[in-house]
Amino acid sequence: MIAESTLKEKVTSLYQSNKDKIVSNDPPGMETIRQQSFEDFLKLDFPTPKLEKWKNTDIRKLLQRDYQILFGPENGDLDLDKIFHCEVPDFDTEIISLYNGWYIYRDKPLTTLPNGTIIGSFARALQEYPDLVMKHYNKYAKSDLNGLNALNTAYAQDGVFIYVPDGVEAYKTIQMVNILNKEDNLLVQNRNLVIMGKNAKLTLVHCDDSHNFKSSLTNTITEVFMDEGANMKHYKLQNLNNDTSLINTSFFHQEKDSNLSTFAISLNGGLIRNDIHVRLNGEGSHADVMGLYLMDKEQHVDNHVFIDHAVPNCTSNELFKGIIDDHATAVFNGHILVRKDAQKTNAYQTNRNIILNDKATVNTKPFLEIYADDVKCSHGATVGQIDNDALFYIKSRGISEYNAKLLLMYAFAAEVINQITIDPLKVRIDDLVKKRLRGELAVCDQCVLNCKNQEKTYEFKIDMSKL
Amino acid sequence: MSDDKNNILDEVTQGEYKYGFFTDIEMDTAPKGLNEDTIRFISAKKKEPEFMLELRLKAFEKWKTMKEPDWAHLNIPPIDYQDIIYYAAPKKKPQLDSLDDVDPELLATFDKLGISLDEQKRLTGVAVDAVFDSVSVKTTFQDTLSKHGIIFCSFSEAVQNHPDLVKKYMGSVVPTGDNYFAALNTAVFSDGSFCYIPPGVRCPVELSTYFRINSAGTGQFERTLIVADEGAYVSYLEGCTAPQRDENQLHAAVVEIVALKDAEVKYSTVQNWYPGDKNGKGGVYNFVTKRGMCKGNNSKISWTQVETGSAITWKYPSCVLLGDNSIGEFYSVAVTNNHQQADTGSKMTHIGKNTKSTIISKGISAGFSNNSYRGLVKIAQRAENSRNFSQCDSLLLGDKCGAHTFPYIDTGNSSSIVEHEATTSKISDDQLFYCLQRGIDTEKAIGLIVNGYAKEVLRQLPMEFAVEAQKLLAVSLEGSVG
Repeated sequence: MIAESTLKEKVTSLYQSNKDKIVSNDPPGMETIRQQSFEDFLKLDFPTPKLEKWKNTDIRKLLQRDYQILFGPENGDLDLDKIFHCEVPDFDTEIISLYNGWYIYRDKPLTTLPNGTIIGSFARALQEYPDLVMKHYNKYAKSDLNGLNALNTAYAQDGVFIYVPDGVEAYKTIQMVNILNKEDNLLVQNRNLVIMGKNAKLTLVHCDDSHNFKSSLTNTITEVFMDEGANMKHYKLQNLNNDTSLINTSFFHQEKDSNLSTFAISLNGGLIRNDIHVRLNGEGSHADVMGLYLMDKEQHVDNHVFIDHAVPNCTSNELFKGIIDDHATAVFNGHILVRKDAQKTNAYQTNRNIILNDKATVNTKPFLEIYADDVKCSHGATVGQIDNDALFYIKSRGISEYNAKLLLMYAFAAEVINQITIDPLKVRIDDLVKKRLRGELAVCDQCVLNCKNQEKTYEFKIDMSKL
Repeated sequence: MSDDKNNILDEVTQGEYKYGFFTDIEMDTAPKGLNEDTIRFISAKKKEPEFMLELRLKAFEKWKTMKEPDWAHLNIPPIDYQDIIYYAAPKKKPQLDSLDDVDPELLATFDKLGISLDEQKRLTGVAVDAVFDSVSVKTTFQDTLSKHGIIFCSFSEAVQNHPDLVKKYMGSVVPTGDNYFAALNTAVFSDGSFCYIPPGVRCPVELSTYFRINSAGTGQFERTLIVADEGAYVSYLEGCTAPQRDENQLHAAVVEIVALKDAEVKYSTVQNWYPGDKNGKGGVYNFVTKRGMCKGNNSKISWTQVETGSAITWKYPSCVLLGDNSIGEFYSVAVTNNHQQADTGSKMTHIGKNTKSTIISKGISAGFSNNSYRGLVKIAQRAENSRNFSQCDSLLLGDKCGAHTFPYIDTGNSSSIVEHEATTSKISDDQLFYCLQRGIDTEKAIGLIVNGYAKEVLRQLPMEFAVEAQKLLAVSLEGSVG
């Protein structure tokens, strides 16, 4: 298609003409990675449905749009106070923000806390801590995985950088907010890097949000390195407008006895693609990968999870649940690889879907690839409806069909929500899900950002004692 | 793992192929290589009507534009399609009326296989059509069958005697250009079986075909077409063997089943092509397209397969559930050992309302083998209230083999339920211990557990085959299955 090649030409020529700007901040060694990735991109091009991994997610339409790329921050029309005055009851977070793909700050771009934790702009970290960054940068991401990843690696200039030193527990939850607000359609390519030392602890909430109704495309890569015994809780909340597309690729690299739990909660979005790669690289490590998606209208969500059991005695647990309505489509692709000699592996994978409408589609592919014999691996996938017996039971207790359905859908989603271990966040997400199910969740109701709209928590108007 | 068990696993991995004899029979072969002339040669040799030759040439044109599929989890060495003999028929008298006319050596071959046509005829009441290399040599029980109006004959006879039926149904389930190997088969298929059950007839005996590749350097491209007319029932068995050879042999078959309203077809396969030696040398490439079409309402097609042979298996018996209330089933045990590779599974396409499908797949891998289940359950938007249940289990014997599961589920409406479950495990120490402490030795215990593991599928097989299938499991996993 002509339009496709146009975007490819555009990013190619923009890369070449802006190369000075892009590399201006690069520490030694980074330019080579960029150049290699750029060549990879030229070879790989944007993914098409012909590729097995992109079979059910067609991004060709997105590529026909005209995007603008920013090569530097634009803070002109930004009301910083609006963003920083957010408070959520009982939930004390350190908020850091990306605005149109660039890190914005009030005091300084890179904060070093007394305990050694560094939080701030990725671009700035490249200047101030080049050795630390380059030790890990692009070591876990597979930039040649597909054209988008290669493009990100070639272009990436800014994003969030977090470093938690050995034995340190980040003093409070870090909340990363990614806001898009621009008159033109933007192509944003963030690059986040999280480095966790031995036995470090971190909770990261990652919110993707859009403040207007432009058709932007975000192509993010997040790399996380977890050293021995590190413990990370990671929550991704996606509530975007229906024209915005988000391609989110995360790479987690886990060393011995580390523990990861990552959630992908997709409430709204035009096209959301979550690529989650976990490499269990040290014995005794464990990963929980959870997801919840509630999609309607023309929305599309695609979760690709790849868990690589590279060494023995690791465990992983995947649970993805979704409710699909209207013309929405949901895709799940889970891949567990148990390498040769990765004995005593336990890996579980579950994907459950409820379809509410005949026009909605679910494509699921839970996939096991196993080369070791002493393993316990299982996967399950279901696609179905709300259980009629359960519905009847509730209705027979005098509860209206509408409420009964809500209750059942909520109960379905609760299996994922209940895994969230931070109570205030759980309550908040719980609330968002309830609102979403009632069709009352607006796009601007972003998780914690939407501070002016702190209404009472939602309850079902049901007398539970009747059940 | 105890040494004892290791020994048994070693034995398991070193089981020899028991059907590796070669029969010296004069063959009538086509020159090596594939071109229009070869196809014209085959067609002329079989005195085919014009429409058949046209179909072949059309498929050949199509095939030339296609590429070998590379999406399977298989490592297929390049195949030189010009280095294969596409037609090899035993030289025989033009007409065979009784068993006496069949080459005695050929009969001896089948005797060795344990399927003496004679005996089968007398004892089991199974009508057998034996396909030797590429040509059907003998069909028993013709008379009994024709009394019911059942047509069971070699494909070439069907082309001669029932061209209308062949014309109507051939390619209606597996189109000419369906895939690379189906196109190749359509272009060069040599023979196979044809079966037609008239309306309301319940076939009184089980129909059976035996395939054997004999000559070196030949490929076997048989074509099976089964049509069950309204309200008919048939149970069809298929068995395959090949001699031991160093080079790889190609087998690319197409099986088409059509079930009209209220009809039921049960298709059982015991596949035991030569799997290659312990080092992975030789063996048959088994690239088969099998598909059934539940065309009428309330029809049913059931596939059962026991896959123990072949160096490489690429096979996905499928059902298209077109008629309302139609049912598709797939039961499979696939055993891979040494350097065998298997990528097998099923495809259930639900189009009619209230359609049901079941997939039960049991994979057993040993040695250096790789065993994959690949399946697709597709529920079309209009397939209201459809139901699917899939279960795919893998058992690993040894730490150098691989077991993989690739299930695809595409659901397009809100009233259907699709369930998929899969597990991968080895024989657990607990199970083994339980047997040992009851005084059952390790070897028998493994046998017991593997048998129990595959039971769900084996019990779907017709009586005659169940015995043989169990024997085959025993041969394939020598020393571990009793």
